[in-house]
Amino acid sequence: MTDGPIIETRDLKKIYRVGDVDVAALRGVNLSVKRGEFVSIIGPSGSGKSTLFHILGGLTPPTSGSIHIDGQDLLAMSEAGRTALRKRTVGFVFQKYNLLPTLSAADNIAIARDIAGVRGEPDEAFQQILRLLGIDKRLHHKPRALSGGEQQRVAIARAVVNHPAILLADEPTGNLDTGNSDAVLKLLRDLNERLGQTILMITHNPEAAEYGHRIIRMRDGRVVDGSSAP
Amino acid sequence: MLSAVAVGVQVTMVLTLVGVSRGMLADMANRSRGVGAEIVVRAPGSSLIGFSGNFSDKFVELLRTQPHVTAVAGTLVQPIGGINSITGIDLKTFNAVSGGFRFLEGGPFRQPNDLIVDDVYARGNSTHAGDIITLPNGKWRVVGVVESGKLSRMFADLTVLQDLSANNGKITTAFLKLDDPANTASVIAELKKKLPDNPIYSTEELVSLMSIDSIPMLKNFIWVVITLAVLIGFLVVFLSMYTAVLERTREIGILKALGATPAYVLGILLRETTLLAVIGSILGIIMTYGTKFLINTFVPSMAQVIVPDWWPRASAIAIGAALLGALYPGLKAARQDAIEALAYD
Repeated sequence: MTDGPIIETRDLKKIYRVGDVDVAALRGVNLSVKRGEFVSIIGPSGSGKSTLFHILGGLTPPTSGSIHIDGQDLLAMSEAGRTALRKRTVGFVFQKYNLLPTLSAADNIAIARDIAGVRGEPDEAFQQILRLLGIDKRLHHKPRALSGGEQQRVAIARAVVNHPAILLADEPTGNLDTGNSDAVLKLLRDLNERLGQTILMITHNPEAAEYGHRIIRMRDGRVVDGSSAP
Repeated sequence: MLSAVAVGVQVTMVLTLVGVSRGMLADMANRSRGVGAEIVVRAPGSSLIGFSGNFSDKFVELLRTQPHVTAVAGTLVQPIGGINSITGIDLKTFNAVSGGFRFLEGGPFRQPNDLIVDDVYARGNSTHAGDIITLPNGKWRVVGVVESGKLSRMFADLTVLQDLSANNGKITTAFLKLDDPANTASVIAELKKKLPDNPIYSTEELVSLMSIDSIPMLKNFIWVVITLAVLIGFLVVFLSMYTAVLERTREIGILKALGATPAYVLGILLRETTLLAVIGSILGIIMTYGTKFLINTFVPSMAQVIVPDWWPRASAIAIGAALLGALYPGLKAARQDAIEALAYD
């Protein structure tokens, strides 16, 4: 684990316009995450977790404040800049896996490389990740032929294939049974411990949150606990 | 798959129309050649494929007295609806020019209402010698069935047809047989001096003019059909791609979350559309063989030919229309908001 924040936000705000009404989803979030950390973000529905996830992933711009991801200022970033951030700097894992149903597991991973403009065979480090995830024998199956746990592991492989600086996981065990949940959480911890992958995981589940080095609690659009690395 | 079939129908439509136009013109050209004349004299003001004008049959005598002319056959064409017509001939002079019919059934005219038909007409209408058939201009007895390839599909006696159509003493075309085909140009030159108002062609010249490009109305008609085909292709692909984009909103969201640019998303849809249009074009070309079979079986008087030189053109039209149809849905997909798309169920 190296020192220095890979994610840093100061007074981060996001206001959505719903009809004629302004709705504040984030009301000034201060957050610092070190490179190589595994951070869990926990909070009730409407606490702003998902909005923070979307902003950190470059899916939507913040309204105000400052936010730096791997040294890049997201507030100053254009749409094209945020698209480039999603290609290389950030990898996503979603609750519903979000694999492309018509592609095989291998092609779901390959398309992430294609989008990032990476050509050729995946490197040895990625092959190691596939072995770690235990899906190297299931790559030629379509998502419908895979269990929920296998689909989520393919989604994790897709998220890290381009070696992003940050892996953002939104309720990665939300659709899984206890056994598969444990397996996926252990894999995330392995990725973090063995390869130094920075991970931010949103979860409702306090037990799942315990897998992280640190738990950040959110409420009403603010971080109420654990905003800074120890 | 249904979209590919729809694109195929569009391609078949264009190829069948061009194939039928070209086939019928080629058939017309073959039958013109089959008369055996070297020179064709048409009525003043007549068009290439129309037979609206006529001129006095007294000119037949004048033409017969010209140097190098060995036989002249005056004919009168009476349209009877659609693409059908009856050609009035004087059997003796027509045989002198053409070398005579080869009868497959029956024989020459014996009575005024006798009709000779060719084997294509007989096959298409299940007609045999001895049958009585009713045409818009009256009842006729089929007296003979002849081998096709000589001018027309139905023949009546010239004077009978002149009476029936109130064109007594009139003909629409005169066919001239020469002693030597080498004299064609010189005889035409002489005739043009004597009959300045009549279009006069060598048979080869007339036949060479029987192409789609030489007939403005046909060319325009083909363009109208092509425009309709483009419109159909555009609408089919537009609706199919619009639906596809709606159905795949979530997938588009996934691609965007992975960092796909709008151009990347648009590119995927346009590549899919191109593939669909290419498959549709191949289907369309194959289906053209089906329409040819159907037309030749059920409407043998309409000749359809396969037109390989139009395959790239019809395919390009189909692909162009498809891409045009995919453009708006593609742009809609490319502009889709990733978060909204990911939340779509």
